[in-house]
Amino acid sequence: MIVCEALCKSFGTVDAVREVSMKVPDGTFLGLLGPNGAGKTTLMRMMTGLLMPDAGTVSFDGKVMDRNAVEVKQAIGITSQHINLDKELTVEENMEFAGRLYRMDKGDIAAATDRLLAFLGLDGVRTRVAQNLSGGMKRKLMIAKSLIHDPQYLFLDEPTVGIDPNARRDIWDFLRLQHKEGKTILLTTHYIEEAEQLCDQVMLIDGGKIFRENTPEGLIAEIGSFKVEYDGGEKRRSEFFPTLAEARARAAGMDVLCNVGKSTLEDVFFHYTSKEVGGWR
Amino acid sequence: MEITTILWREWLFFKRRFWRITLSQMVSPLLYFVTFGMGLGRVMEVDGRPYLSYLLPGLLAMTTMRNSYTSVSTRISVMRLHEKSFECYLYSPTRMYLLAMGHILAGALRGMYSGLFILILGLVSGAGLALNGWLFAAVAVNALMFAALGFLAAMLMESHYDMNNFTNIVITPMSFLCGTFFSLEGIPTVLKWVVNAMPLTHTTRLIRELSFGGSVYWPSMAAAVLFTAAFSFLCVRACYREV
Repeated sequence: MIVCEALCKSFGTVDAVREVSMKVPDGTFLGLLGPNGAGKTTLMRMMTGLLMPDAGTVSFDGKVMDRNAVEVKQAIGITSQHINLDKELTVEENMEFAGRLYRMDKGDIAAATDRLLAFLGLDGVRTRVAQNLSGGMKRKLMIAKSLIHDPQYLFLDEPTVGIDPNARRDIWDFLRLQHKEGKTILLTTHYIEEAEQLCDQVMLIDGGKIFRENTPEGLIAEIGSFKVEYDGGEKRRSEFFPTLAEARARAAGMDVLCNVGKSTLEDVFFHYTSKEVGGWR
Repeated sequence: MEITTILWREWLFFKRRFWRITLSQMVSPLLYFVTFGMGLGRVMEVDGRPYLSYLLPGLLAMTTMRNSYTSVSTRISVMRLHEKSFECYLYSPTRMYLLAMGHILAGALRGMYSGLFILILGLVSGAGLALNGWLFAAVAVNALMFAALGFLAAMLMESHYDMNNFTNIVITPMSFLCGTFFSLEGIPTVLKWVVNAMPLTHTTRLIRELSFGGSVYWPSMAAAVLFTAAFSFLCVRACYREV
């Protein structure tokens, strides 16, 4: 289990993360959902030992994370938001480099490389230099690298940002498989569909604070599973209802053009913050 | 394991760019050799020796310094600030002191590789360097010391511009003031204090003495080892800085 206790982090006068406490049970696929600048990446970087918290602790099965937490780091895999591949190395060499960093022997590296590259459709580009890969392939390679040592915990910071829908779907399928195999996965995203498709638990974060936590369905049910959207003058307005029948009845009584539909996590976020998460709707 | 991983990674980098690295490392010492050594060297003597013989040990010290420093500082600053690939080391189970040591060692090996050209120039020109184990030890200490300084600078600087400024302010003056091209014997006392505070002065003195068949000048060897230890300690500390 991952436990964060009262994590705080400031950059100058900006409080990036404010007293975040959370528990992530083993086997969870947790989504941290929030707009740009909400504190998702800072929180994840503290959890993975790249940033030191100003206050609070992060622990994995009771072992505290810090820069020298070798045992903890051996159990986690990380895919960063930005492409951080060794651009001059081939796909295979990138995998070998990652395997060596995690103290694997050559045989294990070769076996894991074969398996992961085949799963992710990178088998045909094994000898291609990383800087010559497409954006989607680079993202897939980063995910493959983070899994080479078969970690118990997987951290994914916006893993599908900037890639085409097909590659995104491939990555989603692969992540579902990893989750089925029992990995604990923590995903930050501002793609609503990504969180809805993949996560069995979602935390909404804004202004450095987690303000809501539930299953995606539970969060939507909190505000009402159905919505009536209409033109409210300067901006679109939404009203939420627990049942479709109630939403339809409300729509029937309105004298403006309106849509009735299912509520989304984006609606949940907007409902609580009056902000949009961004990405797809 | 961590050190061999870092050396393997740097070996791949070196192998891919072998000719580019080799040619670029040869240019500066060759220019100094031709202009100062073969030009002035025919008409000058320093400390009773032909200037070419006097110059070569200085070039050996300066070349190993520059290449050790540059190879590490450039690699680390590009990985840290541009490619962002340096953070792969930080979130892997790599111990911070081994992370620093691995890169310092890789940089020192690159510096010593460049030193080979000077030794070859010495053989070809007949300048007659006295090759011995202590000379190699002094060159190795020089390379380790400046590789550590390069790693430290790259870990502390926040942009490539800062890196360039550091090189101009710290490395370039050392190249010219620390006895590479002229004897420090007759210089004003105040300037002597300043140059003695510079690490290259000590390794140049050591390397020159040993190249002329002399014995180890222990105060300079102690100073060089102390500088290396201090820079290395600061490198490990720098690995704990936030990224």
